[in-house]
Amino acid sequence: MFCSARPGVGAVRRTVIRVRDDAGGIVRPAWVIGLVAAFCASPAARASDPPTGRELAFAASKGNCLACHRIPSDPSAITMADIGPPLIGLRARYPERAKLAAQIRDATVANPETVMPPFGRNGVLTDAEIERIVDYLYER
Amino acid sequence: LPRPRPSPKAPPRSLLARLVASAVAGTALLAWAAPADPEADRLGLIALYRQAFPQVPVAEYVYGALVFSRDAREQYDSLMDFPPFLGTLDRGREMWERRFGNGKTFADCFPDGGRNAAGRYPRYDAARERVVTFETALNDCLLANGEPALERSDMARMGVLTAYARTLSDGMPMQVEVNGPAALARYEAGREYFYRRQGPLNFACASCHVQNAGRILRTEYLSPAVGQATHWPVFRGGDALNTLQARYKRCLEQIRVAPPPIGSRDFDDLEYFHSYLSNGLPLKASVFRK
Repeated sequence: MFCSARPGVGAVRRTVIRVRDDAGGIVRPAWVIGLVAAFCASPAARASDPPTGRELAFAASKGNCLACHRIPSDPSAITMADIGPPLIGLRARYPERAKLAAQIRDATVANPETVMPPFGRNGVLTDAEIERIVDYLYER
Repeated sequence: LPRPRPSPKAPPRSLLARLVASAVAGTALLAWAAPADPEADRLGLIALYRQAFPQVPVAEYVYGALVFSRDAREQYDSLMDFPPFLGTLDRGREMWERRFGNGKTFADCFPDGGRNAAGRYPRYDAARERVVTFETALNDCLLANGEPALERSDMARMGVLTAYARTLSDGMPMQVEVNGPAALARYEAGREYFYRRQGPLNFACASCHVQNAGRILRTEYLSPAVGQATHWPVFRGGDALNTLQARYKRCLEQIRVAPPPIGSRDFDDLEYFHSYLSNGLPLKASVFRK
């Protein structure tokens, strides 16, 4: 319950529960537990801290990266998604941070047909949040 | 496992888009005014899906996302041996067979007592200048016999009624017709809705169910649009009844778009386009989904 006192994380937990109602299936408990654990068991979690890059990347109401991408080097990234490419080697794939940030901000600039949401353009993520997600992804 | 991605090309083809395009290009309007071709749409999507998942026979598309997972399909098959929702279908049958005040029943409103009826909807009603879904036709029957209509969004009554009424067409083909320019205009409106990017996530129906059918969204396979309209209502988790338009509503909520009301013209047009895509496939009514 300590986790629900944190702004942002409470929203995450609600979202997880909503998705859980909808999704179902035998894999459900594992990834729900994984997600809650990822947010709630973080030693960095304190009521006043802003969400970390990982939290922003995982939160269903924010980056929600795991809906579409796997992150093979992060054991807490529990997903079977294969819609977008696995998020791995991003420092090599995007040596310029700004290009990775731009891709998260609005991927339709590079490819108008992409299904990747324009997180920055549509106000789902702020520039500061995108930077923290880039920090996290650069470590992957 | 590498496989070709379905082409994301889904050009908007509304008349307005064509007019704008022709004005911009300075092209003669006639060059753009060729009528939409529903059959070309349907066959084009099937070709796309066959390329993306050649191992799945088209006839299996009625099982939706279950075709991509042997485990999910086995779970479905075993649940359908003794479906937990048979009691609901019984209540639907009681509604279907109940005599109206004038002594007639729903069976009197449809050819062949309602057998092979559901797959003929939605249809375009020229007199009312709108699309009529199977639910609308059930309400028309009530009203014609002096009975109050049901709320289209009322799963406990309209939903339960259709859950039985559609079983009368189980295994019979979808046979939606789009005849004449007025019907085609409604089909086009539904098509435009299906391909329209909406909301903060910039998703269209087609983003998942055309561009990414067969892929996994977090833990769930995405079903192809062809076949989707054949199997309603579904009982999610075995007992939660959802009609097709209730599912549209939920889909839109999931992508953070405020949905139009169940029974609205937007949803009826969408259901018209969407149902046409399943033409020739057999209805599966009613079914379990997890």
